[in-house]
Amino acid sequence: MVEEIGTTTEGDLIINVGPQHPATHGVLHLVITLNGETVKKVEPHLGYIHRSIEKMCESLTYRQFIYVTSRMDYLSSHINNHGCALCVEKGLQIEVPARAQVIRVIMDELTRIASHELWWGAMAMDIGAFTPFFHAFRERESINDIMEETCGARLTMNYMVPGGVMIDIHPNFQKKVKDFIAFYRTKMNESDELLTGNIIFQNRMKGVGLLSKEDAISFGCTGPTARGSGLNCDIRKLYPYEIYNSVTFEEVLETSGDSLARYMVRLREIKQSINIIEQLIDNIPEGDFQAKTKAVLKLPKGEFYSRVETARGEFGVYIVSEGGTTPYRIKFRSPGFANLSALDHMARGSKLGDLVAMMGTLDLVIPDIDR
Amino acid sequence: MTNEELKTTITELIATAAFDETGEWLNVVVDPKEWLTLALQLQNHHSLYFDYLFCVTCIDWKTHLTMAYHLSSTSYRHNIVIKINLDREAPEVETVSHLWQTANFNEREAYEMFGVHFINHPDLRLLILPDGWEGRNPMRKDFEDPVNMIRL
Amino acid sequence: MFEVYDLSFMWSLSNITQTINSWLNQTFSPTWALIFEMVIVGICVISLFAILGLVLVLMERKVSAWMQIRLGPNRVGPKGMLQSFADTLKLLVKEGLTPNGADKFLFNLAPFIAMIVAMLLMAPIAFARDFKMWDMNIGVLYVTAVSSISVISILMAGWASNNKYSLMGAMRSGAQIVSYELSAGLAILSIVVLTGSLNLNDIIQSQANGWWIFKGHIPVLISFVIFIIAVTAETNRAPFDLAEAESELTAGFHTEYSGMKFALFFLAEYVNVFIVCAIGATLFLGGWMPFHIGNWQGFNHIMDYIPSSIWFFGKTFFLIFLIMWFRWTFPRLRIDQLLNLEWKYLLPISMFNIILVTAMAILGWHF
Repeated sequence: MVEEIGTTTEGDLIINVGPQHPATHGVLHLVITLNGETVKKVEPHLGYIHRSIEKMCESLTYRQFIYVTSRMDYLSSHINNHGCALCVEKGLQIEVPARAQVIRVIMDELTRIASHELWWGAMAMDIGAFTPFFHAFRERESINDIMEETCGARLTMNYMVPGGVMIDIHPNFQKKVKDFIAFYRTKMNESDELLTGNIIFQNRMKGVGLLSKEDAISFGCTGPTARGSGLNCDIRKLYPYEIYNSVTFEEVLETSGDSLARYMVRLREIKQSINIIEQLIDNIPEGDFQAKTKAVLKLPKGEFYSRVETARGEFGVYIVSEGGTTPYRIKFRSPGFANLSALDHMARGSKLGDLVAMMGTLDLVIPDIDR
Repeated sequence: MTNEELKTTITELIATAAFDETGEWLNVVVDPKEWLTLALQLQNHHSLYFDYLFCVTCIDWKTHLTMAYHLSSTSYRHNIVIKINLDREAPEVETVSHLWQTANFNEREAYEMFGVHFINHPDLRLLILPDGWEGRNPMRKDFEDPVNMIRL
Repeated sequence: MFEVYDLSFMWSLSNITQTINSWLNQTFSPTWALIFEMVIVGICVISLFAILGLVLVLMERKVSAWMQIRLGPNRVGPKGMLQSFADTLKLLVKEGLTPNGADKFLFNLAPFIAMIVAMLLMAPIAFARDFKMWDMNIGVLYVTAVSSISVISILMAGWASNNKYSLMGAMRSGAQIVSYELSAGLAILSIVVLTGSLNLNDIIQSQANGWWIFKGHIPVLISFVIFIIAVTAETNRAPFDLAEAESELTAGFHTEYSGMKFALFFLAEYVNVFIVCAIGATLFLGGWMPFHIGNWQGFNHIMDYIPSSIWFFGKTFFLIFLIMWFRWTFPRLRIDQLLNLEWKYLLPISMFNIILVTAMAILGWHF
């Protein structure tokens, strides 16, 4: 191509993908400059689902604001709640009982499996394979059933509260989780048989959407997106919270930085999550599921930052407190926002079909980006 | 590097920097004019090497605005918070989007939500707010929207 | 033995046509008889068209449901069999919108061209023994020539919609159909070379002692595989559905269509699938010809018991199932991969293959 990629010249085709488009999985709006089939520039326009959660939280108490955060990254709402609860606990220096810590980690990992499963199905749909979606949802449904029994909800659980978890686990919980893992182990290879080994799929993913390690750091990419480029960025390993330093699991890394690497990282992460759950499910200690806390929480004056590893990457909660019952300013560092900013860089020069596949491997959740 | 070591290294770089160690991480308060030179050195200094900007925040203190940059190093794994106090009426600060590319989107967000003007930003346009939004910055403390805002 | 043959003959559809033909010729003058026959054939084609659409849509939904571990339509009628009727009714009463900026004439014409092409293609197909509309001596040539027109309807729809997605879908489709026609043509040619006739009836008769896919050794097998790949691409079915590419172009060339005009495209797609599978079944699997093995008279007569129409539809629906199977298990190709596959792999292979087939035909190496 003679002209420079990244600039718009006369005769370029500019198409709007979204806010209503099957590939965006939500209300993301991308303005794409095309030369024939080749992408020259991708410009995200955000805000179609912006609810200004940060501003809302300024008028909610420290107990209330956690519920709003479930609505950000709705696929890993447990982990969002967890991050917020951790930040409040850090401010109040609450010691979380051992039982609550284990329950939290099990819930986080179940959420991660459910989220990755949904991503797997949705990404397969992006590249034109419809069947994996239903297979993914079968597994996700079993997790949702487990969640429903204990938390009372299937999507926005609101289970983590400052000091522990809201209610104790259901008596069936351990049995159901074990049943799920036994069932899942038999179905795990299905994903490889159905999609990963397919030659069309391999050709669509290999060498597409390259993101170097340096760029991944510079764009602030985290989670499986950055780990596909070989960057150690798993918060569970780097800054272990709860009991993550006492369980054995592997930080999944791939080095090629293409779509296939990001895909493989997520699939292998599911297996690691299963390992973590298997280590913990029989060893939930007896005791309180919630620490004794005051009815009205007041964080001391100061700034608190906590970070957790969601299914999409590093989720940070930054609370600026003036000593009142509500946060003065709260900032959510959402992983999707940073991952999306790398899309333009990755997509330039590739084909339109690949752009859709790339968006699939970034695992974008739009409410998480817009907040 | 511990907070103490960071403190000494940064004092060598910027003599006027003020420190605040009450939080978990070292807070460095710098003048907006010195931010760009400090940012360059933070990123490239052999013992600092802050290559990962993980959070960019603006805080409205009603008297002034504060930009908070949370930086981390992927090689040394130390963290630092840089704070820049800005004039509330005409907040202006140099962009760092050419140093950390993630700053591009984050600064655009701060621009529309708080009205901070980033000098030399390549693409300072509205990102989240709808086209044609004028003037009022929704995340400032004095923003009022009688229709959409619910006070509890 | 003669009785057995008669029994199968009784089942055959050609009795009915012959009865009607002789009755019409006795009652009316030959000209009127011909006109009445044309009207009857027209009505039959249109009803076959409608029935095929309904059956294939239902079949696709049931097949996809089976592959996707779900039930599929099961509410309307027994086992959901009337679901397609309900869908058609809904599409019939839906408003057919024409966008403001569209070229109205071409926009409205395009779906009809798609449908007319699909209807024309039915003419030379033998649905059963002695049961076809037009016994023409250039049947194969006619099919390949008429099927090329279908790309015009897609280009027309894409261009006239005045929508960027539609235009891109149409352009992709144009590149794709034009390329894959070559392979499909060469694959068909290999059978023509072997039989030495363009008449579909002759081709079927030549398979009385065994279908070409068994008689023709590996070269015909290669032709068959290439034919299936090429016609999947020609009918814009997944994994070659780039013209529609839901996740990229929302619906490709028919993004702006609604109501019955959309339904016509939809119908034409399924009827095209039926036709290409029917051609495939005729060329490679012997059409209505029962499964015969050489001169095993007893076995062949038992096979003759099964009516020829059942043989034809059985083979055709087997191929349709194959194409549906592709759709629900494969991801979509990228445009450059699609063209690479044709120009760098399929076309050279089929060119080489046609030489092999020709050598085989000259030397008489087939059974």
